[in-house]
Amino acid sequence: MTKITLTGQLIQYLFTGVTVGSIYAMVAVGFNIIYNVTEIINFAQGEFVMLGGLIMVFFTVTAKLPLPLAFVLTVAAVTGVGALMERFTINPLKNASVLTMIIVTIAVSILFKGIAMFVWGKDPYIFPPFSGSKPLFFYGAAIQTQTLWVLFMTAVMVVLMTIFFKKTRYGKAMLACADNPEAARLVGIRVNVMILISFALSAAIGAVAGAVITPISLMEYDRGALLALKGFGAAVLGGLGSFYGAVVAGIFLGIIESMCAGLVSSGYKDAVALILLLLVLYVRPSGLFGNVEASKIKEF
Amino acid sequence: MQSSNRKALLGLTLFLILFPVVAMNVSAIGHYLDIMIFVGIYCLINMGLSLLMGYAGQISLGHAAFFGLGAYTSGILCTKFSMSPWLAMVAGVGITALVAYIVGVPSLKLKGHYLAMATLGFGVIVHIFFNEEVSLTGGPSGFSDIPGLSILGFSLNSDLSYYILVWFLVLLTLIFSLNVIHSRIGRALRSLHDSELAADAMGVETSRYKVMIFVLSAVYASVAGSLYTHYVGFLSPSSFDFFLSIKLVMMVVVGGMHNIWGALLGTWLLTFLGNEWLHVFHDFDILVYGAILLAVVMFLPDGLVHLVPRMSRVWKRG
Repeated sequence: MTKITLTGQLIQYLFTGVTVGSIYAMVAVGFNIIYNVTEIINFAQGEFVMLGGLIMVFFTVTAKLPLPLAFVLTVAAVTGVGALMERFTINPLKNASVLTMIIVTIAVSILFKGIAMFVWGKDPYIFPPFSGSKPLFFYGAAIQTQTLWVLFMTAVMVVLMTIFFKKTRYGKAMLACADNPEAARLVGIRVNVMILISFALSAAIGAVAGAVITPISLMEYDRGALLALKGFGAAVLGGLGSFYGAVVAGIFLGIIESMCAGLVSSGYKDAVALILLLLVLYVRPSGLFGNVEASKIKEF
Repeated sequence: MQSSNRKALLGLTLFLILFPVVAMNVSAIGHYLDIMIFVGIYCLINMGLSLLMGYAGQISLGHAAFFGLGAYTSGILCTKFSMSPWLAMVAGVGITALVAYIVGVPSLKLKGHYLAMATLGFGVIVHIFFNEEVSLTGGPSGFSDIPGLSILGFSLNSDLSYYILVWFLVLLTLIFSLNVIHSRIGRALRSLHDSELAADAMGVETSRYKVMIFVLSAVYASVAGSLYTHYVGFLSPSSFDFFLSIKLVMMVVVGGMHNIWGALLGTWLLTFLGNEWLHVFHDFDILVYGAILLAVVMFLPDGLVHLVPRMSRVWKRG
């Protein structure tokens, strides 16, 4: 065992921060996908992550399926949940007020939380890391191999989403819906379907986040709310709607949080991200990387 | 005051007088008096939330924080500084109003989802503060031995006396709130709810009214917190967590947020469900809560109180 140096410690915190931050980033990207199409903030976003983690535990530990298959099934299942949520709660409420939409997504998040508790109980769950639990040593810091999986998946997700929204017909059509749903409908885009896809996609990315983080941080039924809040912090910090902004801001939040936990006080680590969120909302609601001009036409 | 409100107020008062008489003589529901005290405490908070959500059209997902601020100020001042409970309650109101003002001014510039997230974030920060400031709040395990209330040397340590105190305050607050609703301020608030832009254009100082009602609702919550502290005699952060904020909003919405009577109805129903009738579900009450809230928002967006005039019409016809 090598002596723990300050550099080693800092690197350790850095990696922990980047790992947690990647999860915030994926939650933030999930928020952005739905926001880009509907201008709704889905309060159940964190619940997708929680479901992703717990369903993954079910497929790997309980059903003993091979990892890749379990992963695919998990993402498929949560995607289905996202689609169902849209069909049964968002779709019937056309032209509802913002207040109603907020309360509906909150109700759904409580429902998901309740179902998870009903199925899995209150205990946290874990399943073995993707590629063994032997850590890598790096300048005196122990890095779990799962961390690399988290980073890899985040990168894959962001690249895929960017390609989807910038290059494909469906992606562009979805952006058009956000811009002006009436106009989008006039040029023949089925806004209904686009909203459905946005919820499914957003659930899928939440599932991925949940599935890769559970071997590191465990998962229990009530983890969703705080994840959603911090993910929203990342989304706002990065400028709502921007994928790259979300990733940079998510990782930034994760690092700050982990440094605070390690060097200042572990109790207040959750508060740091939230105080930052409040400050950004108060001072610059367009986010650090958002476009101030463009945000003037948005409603904050 | 409108005659329908006057009738409802009379009905409520009658119910409140009869309730303890019945409850104390039927042993099966003897403990309902205790639950009714909690109903009253939550009613105080939710009348404020109803003014904020239903009339001013703003949301707060952080009202558990104001409830907690009132409760902790009372508890700490009474135990650690042996201050008189009534003075501590006033101090709690002062501190909570100040915090609400400081948070409200920048927060209420935000709208919709952003306001919801900002207030939610604020609530979680205050909850973390209760957990971490161990020397002041006792941390996660909290602290106990908080003295009860007394009036003119008469100690309010029986359930009945506390019931009378709490519901007397609820009735006072209700009458005050009804007057606010039917005053110039109330009209300004409703105009805000419909269209802030139009209200602004007509010369209504929208931001001032929004902050005013936000602070007022925080003050209600703070008084409720002080009453809670002296009744329970014990404080821990878990009583003021983020789920309570959500539950409070839920009570208002289920009852009907566009009507202050709805807030009372929702609070009464959900508190009894949570403290008494849902015991069959043990830990799974969250599931039931979620289902109820979702069902009401989807199928009965004006809340349960909306059913009352409909039922009375059927009654009259039948």
